[in-house]
Amino acid sequence: MLQEKLYEYLLHLGDNSMILGQRLGELCGHGPELETDIALTNISLDLFGQVRNYFQAAAQIKGGDATEDTIAMLRYEHEYKNVYLVEQPNDDFAHVIVRQFFFDVYHQLLLNELIKSKNETLVAIAKKSIKEVDYHVDFSSTWVKRLGDGTEVSHEKMQTAVNTLWRYSMELFNATEVEQWAAESGVGPDLDALKPFYISRVEEVLHEATLTLPEETVFQYGAKTGRHSENMGYILVDFQYMQRAYPNMKW
Amino acid sequence: MLEISEEIEELLRSVSDPEIPVLSIMDMGIVRKVDFVDGTYKVDITPTYSGCPAMDTIGDDIVSAFNNNNLHAKINLVLAPAWTTDWITERGRKALEDYGIAAPRSAEVDKAALLGEANTIKCTNCGSVNTKMVSRFGSTACKALFQCNDCHEPFDYFKCLK
Ligand SMILES: [Zn+2]
Repeated sequence: MLQEKLYEYLLHLGDNSMILGQRLGELCGHGPELETDIALTNISLDLFGQVRNYFQAAAQIKGGDATEDTIAMLRYEHEYKNVYLVEQPNDDFAHVIVRQFFFDVYHQLLLNELIKSKNETLVAIAKKSIKEVDYHVDFSSTWVKRLGDGTEVSHEKMQTAVNTLWRYSMELFNATEVEQWAAESGVGPDLDALKPFYISRVEEVLHEATLTLPEETVFQYGAKTGRHSENMGYILVDFQYMQRAYPNMKW
Repeated sequence: MLEISEEIEELLRSVSDPEIPVLSIMDMGIVRKVDFVDGTYKVDITPTYSGCPAMDTIGDDIVSAFNNNNLHAKINLVLAPAWTTDWITERGRKALEDYGIAAPRSAEVDKAALLGEANTIKCTNCGSVNTKMVSRFGSTACKALFQCNDCHEPFDYFKCLK
């Protein structure tokens, strides 16, 4: 029973990084400039590396034929536990950066708590990942400031992205049953307690970037429990294509 | 410190990072432990970055190196304690510099350089410290891209990871 919950919790942790990693991977060769292209794909690679660690641990719990690949590739849409934020499309560079920034700030707060987890595997993964995610936060914050406090056009595009994406931010802190279990048993953090820190960090950077959070927001919840947006189907078609077309293929 | 015989050390020393061929895995500090159990060498290695695509290749290369000497090895990937650039040996730092990659500096110097607050990273081509960061992420996750303001050559800097 406990192991089952831990398995589910590992999926929560892994799925966010995996779907965001996939979104960033779509940009490979399409970044606005070479250096940014490389940075975004490097961040994608970091995220996929972290996902491998979570899913290897999950596969061990599941046993049988389960591997990191079957967990990543062979679930149905409603079985993925990622939030709406990470499945949002790469509409333009402003959306890519704001999505990244909103996730990175959460990711850093989360990992800084996970290093205190009662679960040793999670501690090891978090200690490894946090070093990488510190760089991600630096990268996305720098771009938020540069573009927000940039030209009139870049400012407007960034403000539009903030207005569009902010509604998906609070889902990160809306604990599911499994995340509540994790908090109560000392495996993961109390997400609600992280929220004020999150908002103040986001506001700090936005303020420097001369950007503001929208005044009234109707926050969106539900992806974590499997009710994904239309985007998710398209992501999975791409992501799972090889395994669906050629079951059990290896390379 | 690793407790291994000279023979095994030499063998492990022959394996290098496929992306930085001049750097032996021993000098990179990714070999954490070697145990000899029931005729098999169990080699613990740790990744530099979670997503480092070289880890599988490095594991295979270690196994082949043992096989070529009629020995058996098994690879075990460990995550804790997490790798840090402090584990790169002096010899490793020298190899990096000779190869054209600036070796990692202390956390403080690193931060100042990456934030563009101080010019401290030495150009691997002409030795000038009048250099600037072009991108925080370079050809691989572990490196940042720099350019020299004097000789104008671009070069990689191995980022400090603590
Ligand atoms: Zn130079």
